[in-house]
Amino acid sequence: MSSVSMFRRPPVGSILPSGPGGGADGRTADRPRRQRQLSGSMVLELAGSAAAALALVWIVFTVEGITAPFGMAVSWFVVFFAVYGVLCRRLHGIRIAKDRMATVGVWTGALIGMTALAAVILYVIGQGFAAVFSDFPHFLFADMSQLGAGAKITDVGVGAAIVGTVEQMIIATVITVPLGILTATYLVDSDSLFSRTVSAVVDAMTGAPAIIAGLFVYLLWVKPHHTAGKTGFAAALALSVMMLPIVTRAAQEVVAIVPGSLREAALALGAPEWRVLVRVVLPTARAGLMTAVILGIARIAGETAPVLFNAGGFAKYNWNPFSGQQDNLPLRIYENINQPGAVITQSAWGASLVLVFVVLVLFLFARVLGKASPGSRIFTPFRIRRSSPEVYG
Amino acid sequence: MTTAATPLAPDVYPVEDVPIVIHRAVTRADKAFRFALASSSLVVLLILAGVVAFLTIGGWHALVVGGGHFFTDATWSPDNGRFGAMPLLVGSVAIAVVAVLIAGPISLATALMINEYAPVRVRSVLTGAVDMLATVPSIVYGFWGLALVSNLQASPARWMVDHFGFVPFIRTPTAGEFVQSIFACGLISAATIIPIITSVSREVMAQAPRDACEAALGLGGTRWGMITDVILPFSRNGVVGAFLLGFGRGLGETMIVVLVLSKGNHLTAALFGPNGLGSIAKQITEDFPTATALDQSALILLGLVLFATTLLVNLVARAIVNRSDGGRR
Repeated sequence: MSSVSMFRRPPVGSILPSGPGGGADGRTADRPRRQRQLSGSMVLELAGSAAAALALVWIVFTVEGITAPFGMAVSWFVVFFAVYGVLCRRLHGIRIAKDRMATVGVWTGALIGMTALAAVILYVIGQGFAAVFSDFPHFLFADMSQLGAGAKITDVGVGAAIVGTVEQMIIATVITVPLGILTATYLVDSDSLFSRTVSAVVDAMTGAPAIIAGLFVYLLWVKPHHTAGKTGFAAALALSVMMLPIVTRAAQEVVAIVPGSLREAALALGAPEWRVLVRVVLPTARAGLMTAVILGIARIAGETAPVLFNAGGFAKYNWNPFSGQQDNLPLRIYENINQPGAVITQSAWGASLVLVFVVLVLFLFARVLGKASPGSRIFTPFRIRRSSPEVYG
Repeated sequence: MTTAATPLAPDVYPVEDVPIVIHRAVTRADKAFRFALASSSLVVLLILAGVVAFLTIGGWHALVVGGGHFFTDATWSPDNGRFGAMPLLVGSVAIAVVAVLIAGPISLATALMINEYAPVRVRSVLTGAVDMLATVPSIVYGFWGLALVSNLQASPARWMVDHFGFVPFIRTPTAGEFVQSIFACGLISAATIIPIITSVSREVMAQAPRDACEAALGLGGTRWGMITDVILPFSRNGVVGAFLLGFGRGLGETMIVVLVLSKGNHLTAALFGPNGLGSIAKQITEDFPTATALDQSALILLGLVLFATTLLVNLVARAIVNRSDGGRR
């Protein structure tokens, strides 16, 4: 046994530093060599190149009399890259130099990407904080009917928009989730020309332009109903068109990993196919399906283009999604951006912050659910959870 | 009886080891169930057919009036009888191309960083963060771009035009302004595409055979050598597909373009200023509610063109990504 375990393949990813306990059984002999360690000489080379490049760029910019902070930063990086490359080439040879430069390049690119994305969230928080928290719960409950010349930020709020978003998301979820799950089950089960076509269409529709969904529902539903057409329900229809492929695709992945032995056991015991779905497949995939649905909601709650022609955008409370125009968070942001005035813009930032908060909370909730063991009952915390070995038998 | 319980060894019983086909009796309930499954799958196809049908019917009027001018005229102004869709189509494509050119390298670097360079402990956190940012609504990105990025990029853009104006793309259609440009839209759209390309290409790269990676390192290769010789060749298809998915997303990008781009309807190669190329999504969003019947019909026709283009790009992209997970060429 011991000889076998000596030649056992190390776990995936173990080639990279994995901290304490990375080696099998904690034995030092079998622990993978720690690859990259930032040695003193490496730090020195990096710092030296950076300093040399900074000095060079500084002198050139001062002599030429250029004042451009952005340009200077870019030139600094370019010169640093060149200097560091030449230095590593002379010290370690071309192969190591390429590796070092690639490392710098990868980290730089990743930092630029991460910074840009973090900047979005931080900027929205910075701009929207005052609007939401200046008179705290008020902004979440008031509507926009007071918005006009001389209105203060404490007079307005996104309550009506939140009501619209919640009701429209509920309708869209009720429409798409059963359809999505049934379609996903069908796609997993069968392998015919029809199912392959549906699968390809689902994939392609996942990235369809949002404005087209809005246009489609406008032509299908709103236009035939003339002035009574723009309702929360019409907006929910447009959102469903966007949401159905997303939920189907995600549910497909979840249903596909339900162990075949479970379904076969149920079938062998004589259960009809629909009972296998209802009593075996869905309960086993429950956590994953919840994740799929919530991720779908999070993706769709922020869509503006589908609701533009369909919801109407009503500044006051309208609790009835089936009659009269209704507001919606992204739509409210869009409408307030398009109107001039500092208070209106500030309220748009406040609405953006609320929307981002809602979407991110939904996302994190979905993540937590996704980590739950298969078959566990999330919403009955006082019942003893079945652990996964028992489920798999 | 006892022998039946012991499994038959293949050499004792020289029959090919194939599962027995059982002809199950399909009950009426099962038939109904299968029908329900198949018919619910039909809904997606019906939606696709519905979109195509309604857009075709809605756009028929403009197609009859405009006809062949749709792809030859260089100006879009349906009420004056100018049906040139090219400024808008080219503008939509240009925004997506700029976005992918900017987002592509950054996303690849981010994906490689998460998979190969970052400490193991923070990898799942970084993966989650990238996925989370993919759910931030595009109207928020657009608002952020309008308030911050389009102004920040103005002076570097001016510098580019001043010094590299001999390149046809780096010009302004009208002198002096750099804010509401195709380039700015592409730059902001890149922020929405980065999470998509990163997440898809990261997943594909993670499937590269670890044995081969470790073999490359064990032979004395550097980390970059391992990336260029094992990971990138293995995941080439997936990365191309990820880029195409990002391109598709950029094509359909609506809110960013609506908020940032100036209204343009002329065919030009200059990407750095206002009043040049337009965008299909922007044109539909802004003109549709107040348009005349003919204009509306023309906008619906534009929508059909955009839908068909995006659908095609996505289909090809998905096919490439799905084919990439084998990797055994």
